[in-house]
Amino acid sequence: MEPLDLPLDESEIELATEPMLLNVGPSHPAMHGTVRVVMELSGENIERCDVQVGYLHRGFEKMCERGTWTQVFPYVDRCNYVSPMLNNVGFAMACEKMLGILVPERCQYYRMILGELARMSDHLTCDGAMAMELGAFTPFLWMIKGREMIWDLMEEETGARLTHSFGRVGGMAAPPTDGFKEHARAVKDHCLRIVEEVERLLLGNRIFLDRLEDIGVVPAADAISLGWTGPCLRASGVPFDVRKAHPYLKYGEIEFDVPVGQSGDCFDRFMVRIEELKQCGRIIDQCLERMPDNGPINVDDPRVVLPPKEDVYSTIEGTIQHFKIVMEGLKLPAGEVYSYTEGGNGELGYYLVSDGSGTPWRVRIRPPCFLITGGLERVITGQMIADVVPCFGSLNMIGGECDR
Amino acid sequence: MSKALATLVKTQFPEAVLETHAQFGDDTLVLAPDAWKKVARFLRDTPQASMDMLMDLTAVDFPDREPRFEVVAHFYSLEKGHRLRLKARVGDAEGDGAEIDTLTDLWASANWLERECWDMFGVVFKGHPDLRRILMYPEFEGHPLRKDYPADKIQPLVPYLDIENIEKLPPFGPDEGMSFGRQTHAEREDEGGIEDKRDS
Repeated sequence: MEPLDLPLDESEIELATEPMLLNVGPSHPAMHGTVRVVMELSGENIERCDVQVGYLHRGFEKMCERGTWTQVFPYVDRCNYVSPMLNNVGFAMACEKMLGILVPERCQYYRMILGELARMSDHLTCDGAMAMELGAFTPFLWMIKGREMIWDLMEEETGARLTHSFGRVGGMAAPPTDGFKEHARAVKDHCLRIVEEVERLLLGNRIFLDRLEDIGVVPAADAISLGWTGPCLRASGVPFDVRKAHPYLKYGEIEFDVPVGQSGDCFDRFMVRIEELKQCGRIIDQCLERMPDNGPINVDDPRVVLPPKEDVYSTIEGTIQHFKIVMEGLKLPAGEVYSYTEGGNGELGYYLVSDGSGTPWRVRIRPPCFLITGGLERVITGQMIADVVPCFGSLNMIGGECDR
Repeated sequence: MSKALATLVKTQFPEAVLETHAQFGDDTLVLAPDAWKKVARFLRDTPQASMDMLMDLTAVDFPDREPRFEVVAHFYSLEKGHRLRLKARVGDAEGDGAEIDTLTDLWASANWLERECWDMFGVVFKGHPDLRRILMYPEFEGHPLRKDYPADKIQPLVPYLDIENIEKLPPFGPDEGMSFGRQTHAEREDEGGIEDKRDS
């Protein structure tokens, strides 16, 4: 044994001058999602870093080219597994843009309500996980409880808790259940109450605020150049929301605000999501009021919508129609289309190329997460290593959507 | 709205625009590949266009056509609220010679999008600062979204890196993640690690 408390000039110890290479991930408790960050550290500061994604790549775009257009729905479900309904609706709308059909009013409101509930579950997860990674476990449990209620409602509506595959070209798989409006209102109210409680719990907490404020600042110009959309772009002060800028479904008739941040730091990204949760509540309220209780959910178009089961089993026309749609697939006109909706993390685009047969030629999903994660390097370079956790949490990377 | 934009580009670069169409309301310009960056820069810097966002960049494979790949980019202007799609056709029937200029110095988002496009289709972006695979691993052979890449193709196994001091380099050694290492029973007996307690 040798004494360890020798003065520095006598000891052999030398301070390391070379930068240290630190590898975090792909599976790390502080990373929600499989992503690997290789950092070059000088002390605790990140000098350079390399973000590596792709660990969840399942080749969806290749798989889409093997089936029919309707068989793409389960794949888009599994892209963003926190708000799959938004992906479903986005893809259905891309196909409908190609076919030139507009779904009935009742279906439009139904899609909006389910979509906004999915957005709520998305934001609840993101903010809850962000708080948890900073040591606040209670808000996480509360918010996940709220998310679980949303998923219970989804299960009642669609039959599946998480991956619903509920969208269809020209409508939805099933009409709303009888108690839908009542349940949706109750779930939404409960989630908003949770949000208020979480706000009271977190926003007076000095430790929580200090770890978020002025950390990971992204100016508006950078966010635009990085192709950021959604809450992350709005946190930088750019009021771009596809629902406002290019209203689809009935968003043009609904009153809601687009919250924006000031500086684009982690706290702004956190607060934009909190505020959007409340706006989701407003949208759901208005949609529930306006949604008709009766009326068709699917368009009256035998080219795309399956006939009722009674007809399939009792009439030859119904059987043929069913057979043609299921076996040959929908015939989308040849050409290309880019359709965009506001997903949980920003503009969710679908670039579809059809050759006129029943099989997609190319289904390109423009994943908002991919570009946002592409900006992670820019966000954490120059920060300290402990700041990686809130920065990464505030970007809300969804591995399935980023890697597809 | 963006019809005027297409006309603007056409008058500015009459020889670069090969064709235009507006299927399903999406205005599209098909460009000569060598004008790709020139037109993109024009779209970004001209006040009438002010395309400040590169929303998406990808490619589509048409193996029966020559040139084979279509590189497709979607632009959006936050200020004007209009969109435009640019396309360029590159690559011969074998998929070689698919080259196009990079847009990374115009939009930061082009960095990862072009890496993905190269990874999936093998389209080379000339001047890209860091053109390596992004969704696939470095040892992956081929480009999976090409139509002639079989969906059920089996990739060769990646050998362990044979470097000294391997435990310091990712990917880690052959025993990575195995709590007792990949030791056979015989090896451990040689080391005297396993004793049969019953005899003693």
